[in-house]
Amino acid sequence: MSAETLEKALVKPAEPLLSKRRKKLITDPLIDDNPVTVQVLGICSSLAVTTQMQPTLVMAISVIFVVALSNFVISLMRNTIPSRVRIIVQLAVVATLVTIVSEILKAFAYDMYKELSVFIGLIITNCIVMGRLEAFAMGNKPYDSMLDGLGSALGYSWIILTVAFFRELWGSGSVFGIPVFDYISGLFGDDFNLAKNGLMVTPVGAFIILGLIVWVQRTKTGYVEH
Amino acid sequence: MQQSNTYIIVYSAVLTIILGLLLSGSAQVLGPWQQEAIALDKKKQILGAVINAEEIAAMTPEQVNEFYAARISSTVVDITGKEITEGGVSAEKVEIAKDYKKPADQRLYPVFIYHAEGNPEDVESYIFPLYGAGLWDAIWGYLSLETDMNTIGGITLAHAAETPGLGARITESEVQARYVGKKIFDESGALMAVQMQKGEGKDYSSDPHKVDGMSGATITGNGVNNMLKAYMGHYEAYIKAKSSQKAVAGL
Repeated sequence: MSAETLEKALVKPAEPLLSKRRKKLITDPLIDDNPVTVQVLGICSSLAVTTQMQPTLVMAISVIFVVALSNFVISLMRNTIPSRVRIIVQLAVVATLVTIVSEILKAFAYDMYKELSVFIGLIITNCIVMGRLEAFAMGNKPYDSMLDGLGSALGYSWIILTVAFFRELWGSGSVFGIPVFDYISGLFGDDFNLAKNGLMVTPVGAFIILGLIVWVQRTKTGYVEH
Repeated sequence: MQQSNTYIIVYSAVLTIILGLLLSGSAQVLGPWQQEAIALDKKKQILGAVINAEEIAAMTPEQVNEFYAARISSTVVDITGKEITEGGVSAEKVEIAKDYKKPADQRLYPVFIYHAEGNPEDVESYIFPLYGAGLWDAIWGYLSLETDMNTIGGITLAHAAETPGLGARITESEVQARYVGKKIFDESGALMAVQMQKGEGKDYSSDPHKVDGMSGATITGNGVNNMLKAYMGHYEAYIKAKSSQKAVAGL
């Protein structure tokens, strides 16, 4: 490194930990560039796991962990990864992280592990993970990549949690396993009964809720697909 | 340089080794906790067939272990209902999933006996393990029979990979409660087991061999039916022997 560039590097002030640009990395995927409703990625798991709030929450936390960390790790390695085998390298890293998540759940949250086992494994094939690795982590610095992964995973999380909220409420009459419908019925006396909608328990219900979210969101943001 | 074959091969090899070490390391470190969680889960499932789920959920792991030690005794039988005592087999150690691959007449069949506190003679119910195939993967469970050796006292069901919200509902206490009080033999003494029906929301309270189904999970329901029928068949000799013993004692 020549003295001139060294000086330049010294003069340039360090970017704050959460500068405007970095905040945008996190906030953009929440609404304007949401991985589920705008990029239409990760639909499979948002249909499958969202029948109840609790497993959905565990799934969301797992995805946040995997996406943020795999983005970070791949970004650290990005200059050494041979481009011809980069997808395999990415997959290997993601699969390792996912397996670790699954092992941790098995050790400390066995009931959750039993309920979610298939879907945790399927995080490996969640398009959001590979998508962010290819689109961002391969060409950006580790910290930025981690924030980007965090943003995308949070964007995914709030969508699946919203879907799960309505599916559990209308399909099973409860939220986080608390029988809300029964409490409400109780207020109005014995004859009053809120009907549950069986459609909401099936993946079809998720499609409907997801469609409604996309509709509302695109009406607000004015986003049009080209 | 990064595009050369040698680099790619060495890179892949090193990556494989590092990730492999990470995985086996985490499995090693977490292993004891996982074993404990699995053993505890098994005890909870066995107990789930005789006491209700809320009670078990309220217990700490230590309380579960204590309660199990105080109230459950066990034995292992073969397909003819004879107790196997030699070879130091213990019912807790029998791995139903592994045994399942053997022909039915070579398997070991554990029986868990729920008795009054401190008195192994005073039997309250017999608990039998179940194992079979659901829609995606294995399903299993425990069924308790009251001392008439016919009436179901309770059932716990578990699964490896049924669809959450659909087939996975077999783990819900509301679904499992549908089996309580049903009978596995008809009046002539022939094995009927209990069949979960297709569709949900019908009333089968008058039929001792049918229970309401799970909407959207008919194949899982069929798996449960086959499992029940098969395992009650495997235990039939033992069950019959116990009930005739009772009849003789009653005379």
